[in-house]
Amino acid sequence: MPQNSQEILLMLPHVVIGVGIVISLLIEMYSKKSETILPWISLFVFVFAGVHSIINISANQILFGGMLEVGGKPAIFNFIFNIGAALLILNSIDYIKKYESNHGEYYILIQSAILGMMVMAGSKDIFMIFIGLELMSIAFYVLAGINKKKSSSNEAALKYFLLGAFATGFIVYGIALIYGVSSTTSVDSIIQNFSTFTQNILFIVGLLLFIIGFSFKIAAFPFHMWVPDVYQGSATTVTGLMSTTGKTAAFSVLLIILSASLINYNIDIFAPYFAVIATLSMLYGSIVAIAQKNLKRMLAYSSISHAGYMAIGLAAANSEAFSGIIFYLAAYTFMNIGAFGIISIIEKQNDANTDLTAYAGLASKSPILAAFMSLFMFALAGIPPLAGFFGKYYVFISAIEADLTWLAVVGVFSSVISVYFYLRLVVYMYFKESEKDIDLHIDKYSLLSVVVSGILVIYFGISPDSLLNLILSVVN
Amino acid sequence: MEQSIQPLENYIPIFLVLGFAAVFALAVIFSSKLFGPSRPNKVKLSPYESGKDPIGSIKERVSIKYYLVAMLFIIFDIEVIFVYPWGVQFKQLFGEFGIIAFLPMLWFLIVLELGFLYIYKKGGLKWD
Repeated sequence: MPQNSQEILLMLPHVVIGVGIVISLLIEMYSKKSETILPWISLFVFVFAGVHSIINISANQILFGGMLEVGGKPAIFNFIFNIGAALLILNSIDYIKKYESNHGEYYILIQSAILGMMVMAGSKDIFMIFIGLELMSIAFYVLAGINKKKSSSNEAALKYFLLGAFATGFIVYGIALIYGVSSTTSVDSIIQNFSTFTQNILFIVGLLLFIIGFSFKIAAFPFHMWVPDVYQGSATTVTGLMSTTGKTAAFSVLLIILSASLINYNIDIFAPYFAVIATLSMLYGSIVAIAQKNLKRMLAYSSISHAGYMAIGLAAANSEAFSGIIFYLAAYTFMNIGAFGIISIIEKQNDANTDLTAYAGLASKSPILAAFMSLFMFALAGIPPLAGFFGKYYVFISAIEADLTWLAVVGVFSSVISVYFYLRLVVYMYFKESEKDIDLHIDKYSLLSVVVSGILVIYFGISPDSLLNLILSVVN
Repeated sequence: MEQSIQPLENYIPIFLVLGFAAVFALAVIFSSKLFGPSRPNKVKLSPYESGKDPIGSIKERVSIKYYLVAMLFIIFDIEVIFVYPWGVQFKQLFGEFGIIAFLPMLWFLIVLELGFLYIYKKGGLKWD
C-alpha cells in the first residue's frame, strides 16, 4: 500500500484511469446517452494521465514493495500511451458511430488497454509485466472484433486471439524457466545477477522464449503472420491504437532486457537474434508493402519494417540505442496515429475506401487532408526534417557505435525501398484524377486529432533535442 | 512437506470399496442381460412417451449456454481465490492495520461485482 500522500500523488495516472474505467462502466450501464458522455470522460482521463506523467517525470520512485515504478522512464512511456490514446479517442467520436452496435464499451476497453500498457511500462516484477500484458491483450482481442457484423473484423479478432494466446504461452513458459533459475521474480535482482544467471543454459532458453513472445507483440518478421489480416480487419482507430501504443508497450518490456545487458557490460547474448529479426523485418516489410493496394494493409507491412528499425537498437545494445528507441517509438506513435486518423476519415462512409484508388485526386477535394497525409508519409519514410527521420537517425547512429555498421546500411537500404510505396500514395493524391466519387465528411474532432499529430511530428522533427533531452534525463 | 508419508496399506479398505462397487455395478447390468428373457417387439423398443406415438428424433440438442456459466464461474472463482487467503489472515491483519485491512478487499469486491452487474444489465444472463 502507498505509504503517504506523496506516493498516492505519484501514481495518480494509474488511479485516475482505474477510477475512469469504473465510472465509465456505471455510465454505460445506467445512461441512455453513454456514447456521447464516455468519449469525453476517456479524453479527460488520458489527457490528465499524460500531462501528469510528463510533469512528474523527475519524481522517480518504486511503489508497492518493488512492484511498480512511477516517474522516470515509465513516465515517458505513459506520456506516449496516453496522448496517443487521447488523439485516437478524438478520432473515434465520429468514426465509431459507423458501427451500430453499442459502442460505449469501446471506450471502456481502450481505457483498460492503456492501463495495462502503463502497468507493463512501469513494472519491476515479472508478474506485473504479465498482468499488464494480459490486461492490454484481452482488451485488444475484443477491440479487434468490435464491428460484430463484419466478417473480416471477426476474423481479425479470432486470429489475433489465437496467435496472441500462443505468444503469451511462450512468455509464460519463459517466465517459468527464468524463475526456475533465478528463484526471484524481481526484475531488478535478475538484472543485477544477470551475468551469473547467464551461465545457466535454462536461463538463456527462458529469456529467449520471453523475447520470442514479445517479438510477436512488436510484429517482427518471423512472428508477423497475424499483422496484415488483423490490421486490415479491425476498425481503423483500433488498428491505429494496436500498431502504435501496443508496439510501444511491448518495446518497453524489451528495453528491460536491453538495460540488463547495459548494466552488465559485454553480455550481449541476444544481439545476433535481434540483428537477424531486424534485418528480416525491415526488408520483408518494405518489399512486401510495395505490392499492397489496400492502405491499411500497406501500413501493416510498414509497421513490420518499423519494428525492424527499432530492433536495430536492441541489437546495438548501448545507451544511444536506449534513448534512440524511445525517441523512435514516440515519433512512430504520432505519425502513425495521424495516418490512421486520416484513413478513418476517408473510410467513414464506405469500407472499400481504404484502397489506394480512393485517394486519387484527394488534393483537389480536400487539400488539408492531402497535405497532412503527405506529411505523415514523408515522416514514415524518414525524410528530414520530420520526426521519423530523427528516430531512424538515432537508431542507426547507435548501430554504428556498436560496430554493426552493416545493420545500419541494411536499414538505410530498406528505407530507400520504403520511400517508393509511401510516395506512391502522395503521387496518387496529387497527380491522379479521381475515379470514384467519394462523399467526404470531415468531422471537426477527427481533424483536430490529425492536426495535433501533425504538429507533434513537425515539432519533434524541427527540435528533436526537446524530446531527446527529456529521454536522456530519465535514462541516465 | 514435513508430515510422514502414510503407507499404502491404509488405503486398502478404500480400494476394496471401489472394487466392490465396480464389480457390483457390472454384475447388475450384465446379469439381467444374461438371465432375463429377451423377446423384443416394436412397441417395447419405442421410447416411452406416456403411451403416445413419439414425435421427432430422440437426439434433440438442448443448448445449455455453457459459456455463460463458465464466464460467471470465472468471476466467482477469482473472487474466491483472492478472498480465501485474506480471510485466513484477517485476524492478524485486523490486529495490525485495524479497519484499513477491510477496505481494500471491499473495494476489490465492489469492482468485481460491478462487472457482474454489467453482465446482468447488458442482458448477458438471458437464457434465450
